[in-house]
Amino acid sequence: MDTTTATLWLQNLNALVGGVFLLVSFGLVAIRQVQGCVRLFTALSVLLGLSAFLLSQIYATWDLVVMGVVDIGTKAMLIPWLLRRALPEEVYTRREVTQVMNIPTSLLVALGLAIIGYVFSKPLLGVSGGAGPAGVNLPIGFAGLLIGALTASVRREAVPLFLGLLAMENSAFLAGIGIAPEMPLIAEVSIALDVLILVFAVSILTRTVHQHIGTTEVGALVTLTEATKDESPS
Amino acid sequence: MWRKGRMRERILFNLLQVATVVFFAPLVSGVLNRLKEIVQSKRGPSILQPYRDLWKLFHKDEIVSAQSSWLFRFTPYVVFVAPIFVTLLIPVLTDYPLFFAFMGDMLGGGFVLALGGFFATVAAVDTGNPYGPVGASRTRMVGFLAEPVFMIVFFTVSFVAGSTIPYIVQQRWITPVANFFAPSHVLLLLAFLMLILAEGGRIPVDNPSGHFELAMIDESKSLEYSGRGFGLVKWGGAMRLFVLMCIFLNVLLAPWGLAHEQTWTAVLVAVPLILLKILCFILVLVVIESSLAKLRLFRIAEFLGAAFITSVAAMITRLFAF
Repeated sequence: MDTTTATLWLQNLNALVGGVFLLVSFGLVAIRQVQGCVRLFTALSVLLGLSAFLLSQIYATWDLVVMGVVDIGTKAMLIPWLLRRALPEEVYTRREVTQVMNIPTSLLVALGLAIIGYVFSKPLLGVSGGAGPAGVNLPIGFAGLLIGALTASVRREAVPLFLGLLAMENSAFLAGIGIAPEMPLIAEVSIALDVLILVFAVSILTRTVHQHIGTTEVGALVTLTEATKDESPS
Repeated sequence: MWRKGRMRERILFNLLQVATVVFFAPLVSGVLNRLKEIVQSKRGPSILQPYRDLWKLFHKDEIVSAQSSWLFRFTPYVVFVAPIFVTLLIPVLTDYPLFFAFMGDMLGGGFVLALGGFFATVAAVDTGNPYGPVGASRTRMVGFLAEPVFMIVFFTVSFVAGSTIPYIVQQRWITPVANFFAPSHVLLLLAFLMLILAEGGRIPVDNPSGHFELAMIDESKSLEYSGRGFGLVKWGGAMRLFVLMCIFLNVLLAPWGLAHEQTWTAVLVAVPLILLKILCFILVLVVIESSLAKLRLFRIAEFLGAAFITSVAAMITRLFAF
């Protein structure tokens, strides 16, 4: 296999990873179960790592391999584990997540946002001067960013909302590694910050979810509400 | 490729293609049922059971309601013949176009299949059986939700290949082989698989082995048929699934293993190969059917909405590719 064929394969595989990334982003808006949300987010992070590995082969740079490993290690393994540990089991067993809009409407809005992402990344691609892998990663990253914002705004449950924010971050990375593969410092610093924000957010999250259960699931958890009332009079 | 003295062979190959679909379609549903039973730790009926059913039905008397019109008697023939017409248009055995290949494109094939569905619906309403119209309206609901997905899939396919003739389309995905992994292709496959599940009345949408009339979608349309009419409707349904699988496998997924030379041996060898491919697909179908539950009726809109989103994602990754 000569180099041009190999590059074509790598680019097509990268495009495939991008396509599945877009699909999983749509899934994050639509899926009803919190557990499924976490799984989709894990898939999203693994796809980002795969894209980094493929791009490291295309651009022949090792920084992206490191980035991919750090990404999969933190976002695909550490975050789901932390979320699993920090949150009570009840959050995962509940079936339906209330949404601001119904699911078909939010999917249609997400579709519009994806098209907007493609349209707006066209002039940006002209500036950064690249077809090739950037032509895949930038628009899909852009679209994922907007869809992540949508996820964060339509979801009412704490975990999917938080995962929407993290998905935005993932998409920004996907776009970033496409247009600027030679910027390892930014990548690593942001990942380190990411983990910091993550721990912080998870701690806040756990509290809000506990509060949430105390206020909304009254019918099922009568004793728990009384217990929290006794402990904290707020 | 089109040499003059070969015209007769092309027509004969086309007829062989039709014969393959007609004779092996009941076998496919037999194998599917048997495999499903085996997965559920049961023994299940023989894989030849659909043939025995058809034999029995064709030797029984037919009862036709006095309230029904000519539509009711006419419909089984339309349901039986529609997939045969589509078979003339699509690649089942060969990778070069046969005699009737340019008679209609994929949209034409879709229309012919839809014609069979339309007659089945109208006949179900015609009988006066209360469950017939319920199933008919539900089928229409699934049908019109599946329609936009079909549109987008065909649009993307024709955009990629520059043609809507299935024989020309199939070559585009694998030349070069790296194109197989293009995101538009893989996402289209996913969307089309969901379409087959919906249109074929398969599990997340409809339970083909359910016998509870209120929960039926596809089956309740043939409740009033008996004898030869029921046999034709059943056979037509099996052929329809076979044809949809052929389109999925030979046009979209895996155009390998088709006859390339214009000889009888090559074409006859292609028959077991397509059956092998369909067996692999059936295994996937069995896994899907055994691991998922039937969706509630109003969740079907979400299932097909997901298929729509997948197909549009396939389209935009292709249409706006830089």
